[in-house]
Amino acid sequence: MSAFEPGPEQASIASVTDRVRPVALGAPVTSVHFLVDRAAFVGAEESVAFVDAQGDIAKVAVHSGGVLCAVCDGERLVMGGDDGKLVALDAKGKVTPLALDPKRRWIDNVALHPDGAYAWSVGKTAFVRSAKGEEKSFEVPSTVGGLAFAPKGFRLAVAHYNGVTLWFPNMAANAEFLEWAGSHLGVVFSPDNKFLVTTMHEPALHGWRLADSRHMRMTGYPGRVRSMSWSAGGKFLATSGADTVIMWPFASKDGPMGKEPAMLAPLPARVSVVACHPKQDILAAGYSDGTILMVRLEDGAEILVRRRGPVPVAALAWNAKGTLLAFADEEGDAGMLEL
Amino acid sequence: MAEASKIPVTVLTGYLGAGKTTLLNRILSENHGKKYAVIVNEFGEIGIDNDLIIGADEEVFEMNNGCVCCTVRGDLVRILDGLMKRKGKFDAIIVETTGLADPAPVAQTFFVDEDVQKNARLDAVVTVADAKWLSDRLKDAPEAKNQIAFADVIVLNKTDLVSKPELAEVEARIRAINPYAKLHRTERCKVKLSDVLERGAFDLDRILDIEPDFLEAGDDHDHDHDHHHHDHDHGQGHGHGLKHYHDEDMQSLSLRTDRPLDPNRFMPWLQNLVAVEGQKILRSKGILAFSGDDDRYVFQGVHMMLEGDHQRKWKDGEPRESRLVFIGRELPEQIIRDGFESCIVSL
Repeated sequence: MSAFEPGPEQASIASVTDRVRPVALGAPVTSVHFLVDRAAFVGAEESVAFVDAQGDIAKVAVHSGGVLCAVCDGERLVMGGDDGKLVALDAKGKVTPLALDPKRRWIDNVALHPDGAYAWSVGKTAFVRSAKGEEKSFEVPSTVGGLAFAPKGFRLAVAHYNGVTLWFPNMAANAEFLEWAGSHLGVVFSPDNKFLVTTMHEPALHGWRLADSRHMRMTGYPGRVRSMSWSAGGKFLATSGADTVIMWPFASKDGPMGKEPAMLAPLPARVSVVACHPKQDILAAGYSDGTILMVRLEDGAEILVRRRGPVPVAALAWNAKGTLLAFADEEGDAGMLEL
Repeated sequence: MAEASKIPVTVLTGYLGAGKTTLLNRILSENHGKKYAVIVNEFGEIGIDNDLIIGADEEVFEMNNGCVCCTVRGDLVRILDGLMKRKGKFDAIIVETTGLADPAPVAQTFFVDEDVQKNARLDAVVTVADAKWLSDRLKDAPEAKNQIAFADVIVLNKTDLVSKPELAEVEARIRAINPYAKLHRTERCKVKLSDVLERGAFDLDRILDIEPDFLEAGDDHDHDHDHHHHDHDHGQGHGHGLKHYHDEDMQSLSLRTDRPLDPNRFMPWLQNLVAVEGQKILRSKGILAFSGDDDRYVFQGVHMMLEGDHQRKWKDGEPRESRLVFIGRELPEQIIRDGFESCIVSL
């Protein structure tokens, strides 16, 4: 494996590197999102840089410290920081404060609901503010690792040590607890609302079929999984953490139980970020060696978007129409590709 | 990332009331031109304005790897990850544990977590001890004993509140558990910051200090050897014995040989030893001379976790001897000695 080293120019692979518009952000980037048709690059500290299709940059200050979490629904980008603030940024660049922790504790996680509600967490406490502005909180046994709203109904998944708590903020009923030993850091629902998947502290995913809480163990990764993305229609869950993109099949009623994942786009580097195209069966994958590939799910055909460099890819996102791909590495060397 | 560019992390531990916060305040208020990020358990105790003080929850969890003592501090993983977003805004990190905390999960976090290892390195475990009350705590609080056993540096504080014989007594008790830590006697934690920070105690390249601290030259300590009966064994060539002080169950065991070790026997023996006895072994360190190997091999461990590497060539004239140290609880001394002997190449 170590002897295999593809050169920077591979004759066999199609390349669109000459069509990428380079963007020099000059500051570390942790994620990128599209607010309508402008890419919003979230900095590690303090600001968000809007970049339009022409490559023009406009910076907006959002936090007075590190930005710890960010989620986007296309119209609002909501971020929590180590200044104890939760803020929303809209497509026009307007910043709205949503919450302030009285002790300035870190806002570790955030989640958005399609009806306008949002959730955030501070330590062991998850907070929800409904679209009507009503705030509720819920405490779990240990620090919240991740938050996700179910695609249907008003239900919040709160990941923590030894499992996930499913909380229904508007119901008097007790929260449901899905148990699995270990530290659960990130959490997602499948788009069809049938499965829940967490990323764990150890290099593995864990999943539950919600109808019967049946366990799904997804292991074999050499590194921790930090990035997950559902393919268009939710047939596959694409994940980082290995030297190929690991694609778990979720099309059948049993999900990935008893099935092998598909492995796409192997490189002698670790996949650091994945982003599935919103409409077609293709995905973009960023690697620890700076490479970015577009991959067709059907046959694994690859197109080179960015050649390798010294810095891992930190951020990848498609716009809602799937016509623009934005990316950045950890040090803020970014780019936009129009398809 | 090179070791040197990783952010050093000092773990500050000590039983309730020993003076951890006093030391922390001294570190933060002294004019050293450095900026520290501090991870504390109780907000508000620190009177210094610093926007990089982060509250932690001391959440310890077991790794799902079948190793029961393989516990890590989950909150530390999360906080270090968040702090790395502000790289460049601070020079070092200090983690203050609660008085009842076991230092092992903190240290183990640096051995097992890939992301933590990428950005940060454990510099040293510094334990603040109360000269007046430590002897009592060593009898009734296993946490206090763990903190002494685990320490690279011990700040023996409040020495002004005890008489000379009392001080000698508490030092002897500390040495019975951990003869290897650097010990500093202080009043109100007045210690040179260079004695507690940037120690490199977990740096394999700097595993030199496995001689007992009190055998070193320039030691100004006033040891009163009369009232305790263990043998300090100043001779070279045979190892230090277990140091029993009354009913002490926490001990250190040192092994030494000037004959080469067989790596094919030694490595499996060491790995098996920590796998079987790892719960009892808090810390281990060694400098090894293998047969047919011109390089010094160094290792260190925390419970069942070991890391080791070739360090450098043996120098001309440098005695090629192997030295190992284990600090732990109820160590099976004879089994360890016999196992070690069996790894020595017979002449």
